[in-house]
Amino acid sequence: MLVVIFMAPILQLIFLGYAANMDVNVIHTTIYDQDKTSTSRDFIKRFEQSGYFKLDYYVDNYDEVTDLLNEGKTLVAIIIPKDFEKKIKRRETAPLQTLFEGSDGNKASIALGFIQGITTKFSQGIVAETKDKLGMKISLSGSLVPEVRVWYNPEMKTRNYMVPGILGLILMISTISLMSMAVVREREIGTLEQLIVTPIKNYQLILGKLIPFTLIGFVVLIIVLVIMTQWFGIVVRGNKLFLLFTALLFVLSNLGIGLFISTVSKTQQQAMMASVFAIMMPMIYLSGFAFPIENMPKVVQYITYIIPLKYFIIIIRGIVLKGIGFSSLWLETLILFGMGIALLIFSSLRFSKKIE
Amino acid sequence: MNAIEVNNLTKEFGKFTAVDNVNFNVKQGEIFGFLGANGAGKSTTIRMLIGILEPTSGDALVSGYSIKNQSDLVKKNIGYMSQKFSLYNDLTVVENIRFFAGIYGLDGKKYEERKKWVLKVANLENMENVITSSLPGGIKQRLALGTAVIHEPKIVFLDEPTSGVDPISRRNFWDLINELSDGGTTVLVTTHYLDEAEFCNDIILINAGKLIAQGNSTELKSNYIKNPILEIESDRVVDSLEILEKEKWVGETSIFGNYIHVILNDSTINEQHIYQLLQEKNGIAVKRVEKITPTLEDVFIHLIEKDSKKNVQ
Ligand SMILES: Nc1ncnc2c1ncn2[C@@H]1O[C@H](COP(=O)(O)OP(=O)(O)OP(=O)(O)O)[C@@H](O)[C@H]1O
Ligand SMILES: [Mg+2]
Repeated sequence: MLVVIFMAPILQLIFLGYAANMDVNVIHTTIYDQDKTSTSRDFIKRFEQSGYFKLDYYVDNYDEVTDLLNEGKTLVAIIIPKDFEKKIKRRETAPLQTLFEGSDGNKASIALGFIQGITTKFSQGIVAETKDKLGMKISLSGSLVPEVRVWYNPEMKTRNYMVPGILGLILMISTISLMSMAVVREREIGTLEQLIVTPIKNYQLILGKLIPFTLIGFVVLIIVLVIMTQWFGIVVRGNKLFLLFTALLFVLSNLGIGLFISTVSKTQQQAMMASVFAIMMPMIYLSGFAFPIENMPKVVQYITYIIPLKYFIIIIRGIVLKGIGFSSLWLETLILFGMGIALLIFSSLRFSKKIE
Repeated sequence: MNAIEVNNLTKEFGKFTAVDNVNFNVKQGEIFGFLGANGAGKSTTIRMLIGILEPTSGDALVSGYSIKNQSDLVKKNIGYMSQKFSLYNDLTVVENIRFFAGIYGLDGKKYEERKKWVLKVANLENMENVITSSLPGGIKQRLALGTAVIHEPKIVFLDEPTSGVDPISRRNFWDLINELSDGGTTVLVTTHYLDEAEFCNDIILINAGKLIAQGNSTELKSNYIKNPILEIESDRVVDSLEILEKEKWVGETSIFGNYIHVILNDSTINEQHIYQLLQEKNGIAVKRVEKITPTLEDVFIHLIEKDSKKNVQ
């Protein structure tokens, strides 16, 4: 049992950590060069050199482009029109057509960004070159240089962003299910009744469950933190003690939820179903773990306010990625604290009432 | 003083009345048998008496404390063994003992002494580090009882402690109950086995939540069946039963293996009538007919049938 409790989070983190890699490394590209001039070939070379684009297909007509896109064999098709070189030489605007297979909008927009980047650079080069040829002073002072800087996650690795979230997820799953199952199991086998007949007080009974599961929750947390930093190489920029403290508050909320589930389920199966489908899945969807909360309908956004995981994910991403602390995260910390206490009190009262 | 006094105790689950206005007293130090069919309300009554289920109405004094508003004091003075096995299966024998001893605050010498006693009565000396789930059923039950009385309560409630246990283990278990009773502990025990009821000083029978009979086994046998009972041993038990049931003077019948018990409505009927009816008229060989005093089983079947008929009307 203990092996399962501690091994499951390790495997979950490793698998999810790899699965959560949504970075775009390779953009499969089709080229339809109608111009076939040195300028167009030079332009195409830029894509090759960028390292992101893999020029899989060179085609000669639109039908082939359409087929490749439809079959999903290529993500983007770049079509260079006939008088590309001519127009550039005449310093006219040269149109460029790009077609996307946009079913993965995320990927497509990243590719678009790269294409824009390359095109801008290319046209800057032309301006400079032209000026040079005319024997004028080269100056780029008037041109616009778009500068994109990525904060917090400079490598733009989704993994760095996702893994701290997964950590919160794992902590939630293990503590909620352990707590709910443990109490229901004791009810099922009859030891709970035996305990209630002893002079033990209800609060002692509840503490007897909370303390060990809080400890187990912490061991799980330490294990996944070690994997996060050592295996995935994600450094915690903020205060680690503050991280542990907020995790404790988060664990309290989860144990409260677990205890609540145990008061509404008769069997372990019921407890399992209730925790997975009624509690954990909705919480994961609504926590902002994978889907941005600001994209949700307003009503749904209001619901997310009652999800402890949401606050913990904000906190842990803040601590790990941005290195911020209590001064920026005090509100989330306080909410998490309040929720933990409220959930625990509510569930404990329900639990006491139920066994009387 | 009575160890337990039950006054008009009633428990309703919604519209269903599981325990219906029950009254009885249990004397200090006696073994009190609590009998009734499945669903009669035995467990529900016990769960009220030990303070884990609130009565709908009525009250009871357990060891002098009201179960309604002194359930904390009640809990200090009782031991309880539930119908389910109630030890931790994945702990060892001694871990279970230490756990429950700890809850009752036993430590030091007292703990060592009681641990020794539990291991002795469960026959588990030198086996204290065995995982509980691997013990045979009979031993488990005795360990559970030993643990339930580790704090030497004045009263112990046993809910069907011997169900699913072999006859020898049942014997051993009852030896332990007698030992407790001899030591002054009051024992309230529910059972389905009528031979076990014979070991009890006092017995009550409940049916559908109502108390329908009460007394010691001799009283029960003589007070509730006034009519004579014949025990008949014949070749063809089922055929004989069919024939007998057609007669007006036959009250209730029941089969015990090869025998038929017949409660007569008419005391002028004697053994001779049976021989005539079965052997001469119907050609069934009758080996033996004998007037007997009723067994507890006769009494209970009689009472439960009578009560059920009354309920139907
Ligand atoms: N919590 C409950 N809610 C609703 N009905 C209940 C509850 N507990 C018991 N009952 C019902 O009350 C009746 C009496 O149950 P109880 O367990 O007391 O019977 P019992 O005499 O102990 O039977 P058995 O010999 O099978 O253990 C049964 O019909 C049972 O279904
Ligand atoms: Mg029962």
